[in-house]
Amino acid sequence: MQNSHTLVVLVEDQPGVLNRIVSLLRRRSFNIDSITVGHSEQPGLSRITLVVNGEDAEVEQVGKQLYKLLEVVKVTDLSGEGAVYREMVLVKVAAKAQTRAEVLTIAGIYDAKVLDATPSTLMLEATGDAETITSFLNMMKPFGVREMVRTGRIAMARSGQSKSNGRIDRINSDSYAAD
Amino acid sequence: MVAEPTIIERTDEATSPNGRVDAEPEILTGAEITCRCLEAEGVTTVFGYPGGAVIPLYDALPRSNLHHVLSRFEQWSALEADGYARATGKVGVCIATSGPGATNLVTGLANAHLDSVPVVAITGQVAQPFIGKDAFQEVDITGISLPVTKHNYLVQRPEDIAHTIKEAFYLARSGRPGPVLVDIPKNVFLAKAPFDYPKKTGRRSYQPSLIPNMRQVRLAAQMIDEAKKPLIMAGHGIILAEGQEVFRRFVERTGIPVIFTLLGLGALPESHPLAEGLMGMHGHRHVNAALEECDLLVNIGARFDDRATGRLSGFAPNAKVIHVDIDPAEIGKNVPADVPVVGDAREALKLLIPEVAHRDHADWRAWIDGQRNRMLEAALENRPTWPEPYAIIKSIREAAGGEAIITTDVGQHQMWAAQHIGVEHGERWITSGGLGTMGYGLPSAVGAKIGRPELEVWTVVGDGGFQMSLNELATAVQERLDINIAIINNGYLGMVRQWQDLFQDKNYSEVQISGPSFVKLAGAYGCTGIRIERNEEIMPAIQRARSIDGPVVLEFIIEPEANVYPMVPPGGSNSEMVHGNLWQPTEEDV
Ligand SMILES: Cc1ncc(C[n+]2csc(CCOP(=O)(O)OP(=O)(O)O)c2C)c(N)n1
Ligand SMILES: [Mg+2]
Repeated sequence: MQNSHTLVVLVEDQPGVLNRIVSLLRRRSFNIDSITVGHSEQPGLSRITLVVNGEDAEVEQVGKQLYKLLEVVKVTDLSGEGAVYREMVLVKVAAKAQTRAEVLTIAGIYDAKVLDATPSTLMLEATGDAETITSFLNMMKPFGVREMVRTGRIAMARSGQSKSNGRIDRINSDSYAAD
Repeated sequence: MVAEPTIIERTDEATSPNGRVDAEPEILTGAEITCRCLEAEGVTTVFGYPGGAVIPLYDALPRSNLHHVLSRFEQWSALEADGYARATGKVGVCIATSGPGATNLVTGLANAHLDSVPVVAITGQVAQPFIGKDAFQEVDITGISLPVTKHNYLVQRPEDIAHTIKEAFYLARSGRPGPVLVDIPKNVFLAKAPFDYPKKTGRRSYQPSLIPNMRQVRLAAQMIDEAKKPLIMAGHGIILAEGQEVFRRFVERTGIPVIFTLLGLGALPESHPLAEGLMGMHGHRHVNAALEECDLLVNIGARFDDRATGRLSGFAPNAKVIHVDIDPAEIGKNVPADVPVVGDAREALKLLIPEVAHRDHADWRAWIDGQRNRMLEAALENRPTWPEPYAIIKSIREAAGGEAIITTDVGQHQMWAAQHIGVEHGERWITSGGLGTMGYGLPSAVGAKIGRPELEVWTVVGDGGFQMSLNELATAVQERLDINIAIINNGYLGMVRQWQDLFQDKNYSEVQISGPSFVKLAGAYGCTGIRIERNEEIMPAIQRARSIDGPVVLEFIIEPEANVYPMVPPGGSNSEMVHGNLWQPTEEDV
């Protein structure tokens, strides 16, 4: 079954680490919807969020292959309930006098912020999960989207332990209980 | 119980080589530090080729205790390091200059990567201020080698050389072994730093799992005890773990017949009554028949490579699968495992032995024996006139008595050798499995002979592959290596011709290959050449070669269009073997 999985990968900040990860995903033909990278709460470690589409077994392979990279400290699959997902979008929408109020009303529904305005356009910023952002963009489309940029997904588990679907086990055969 | 992963530390030889453990660290150049590190790792021989970026390293080499072997091409340096590593179980080391030297290593590294062979490559890089400027002989070798190494480094400071090399060796030989490349800029070789070889290494993010989970071991044992027609598929992992002895005990206790992948040959001596022979594309008929019939397949240390499995949907269709592998990423990659056991093959076998019952499986073994292709075997015995590939391999086997190191090149001759050489010691069967690197035969023999000088060494090569690496004869002569080179000369790129013969309607496209007079060539390099044109000349020639000290080139003229049988057609399942005209089915067989 094809499923969208969100993998959070904790990596050591070493030169070339992003290259190693991207090269691995490419050469093993894993399909990536988005990838975001940034610092984590721990000095020397970065957190990468990958959105992977694939069969569950394939996604498990992604995790195991990632663990073979020396810099990868931990891979967590956050698919499922116990996590929050966010993306951000910046969008420049045509907004002349006649439509401006309507654009602003819809922006208000989505809690979008106005970042810049010209006599004919508004620049809006919205955050939310993927569906919210898509729906927001769909609402803006009829007004005329001049420019749009969307970040990839970032995600975090709700509980303290960052374990919704759990950590993809790196070494022990513990996770291979027969059923 | 969940076993804690253990980092194996080499505590023995990690002290400063000059013995002055407590003294102030010496101030040395990066090049000198590199040599000291190699010595501290117990390296005695390095294979390499000099050039601009490594001139400082080659300046320091003569002052070290390292023996440098000058290959005639950097790819051979890498493959020699690979052959050395397989023959000795130690890490092989190769050296190349920046740019073309480094890129020439790449095929050799890929070879070691696909076959999990511990190799450390040291490359020179242009001086740091030139990096990224398309300087003379600059290539991004860490970028290029990324997918064909276990890990690689670009060293930025002379202070970083020692701990980087320490880690490189640890990575190369631990867990699932593989090649590691260390790229060092010329100015870092020249700069000075205090030398202090670290005693410990290891990273939080690298913890190979050696000891398997006991719960999985028990599940596996239970499944083994319950099986009626179990089969063991033995892979390279057993040999890499130096687990042959434990494996033999396990096999004898369980009474389970053993089939081998190309690189698993010799995990159990082939003369052992439970050793059934090679599986897969050119595997024996009874072996592939057993795969079809078995109800349990115990894969120990193999990765279910497609040449071993054939079409996956037809692979071991009636079997449950136990998969023992040190690399968790191999579990379920190609074939789903009912019981995965993640760990070192030797450790896993040690834990399994007390858990499994003593069994015999006589009926099952008799069934397998009944599937032997006796017609083919008889036909191979009785073929006159031309030196038969089979007769050549069998004669080498008889002469060397199973004790010699046999390396091969890639092609038909490789498969004939795999089928008939009868490997007694896994680490003495050295062939390019995963990459199928033509040219591998001679360099791997050079590396193996240097690593195990006391053993007789043969390499079986094709006339095509030998023409790729024949310049390494010069190295063999320079190093005075007693190597016997058996060229199986069919005048063709035989394996490709066989595919064109069987699957392209005999459209022989660019497979006929001429060559030099190999006897004269041998003479030109300063070694002995012997040409063999008739069956009865085979054994005398082999014995003569064995009596001559130094490299001997034996050119065996064989039937140009002999094919390797049996064969599973590409894309076919292992049960769909073709046997060629050598095998006429009897009424019973039909
Ligand atoms: C470097 C490289 N190039 C091409 C091939 C494809 N290939 C596989 S076997 C083979 C023919 C080898 O011919 P030869 O060395 O004469 O051995 P034979 O099959 O005749 O025994 C070729 C071209 C390869 N494996 N490696
Ligand atoms: Mg040939």
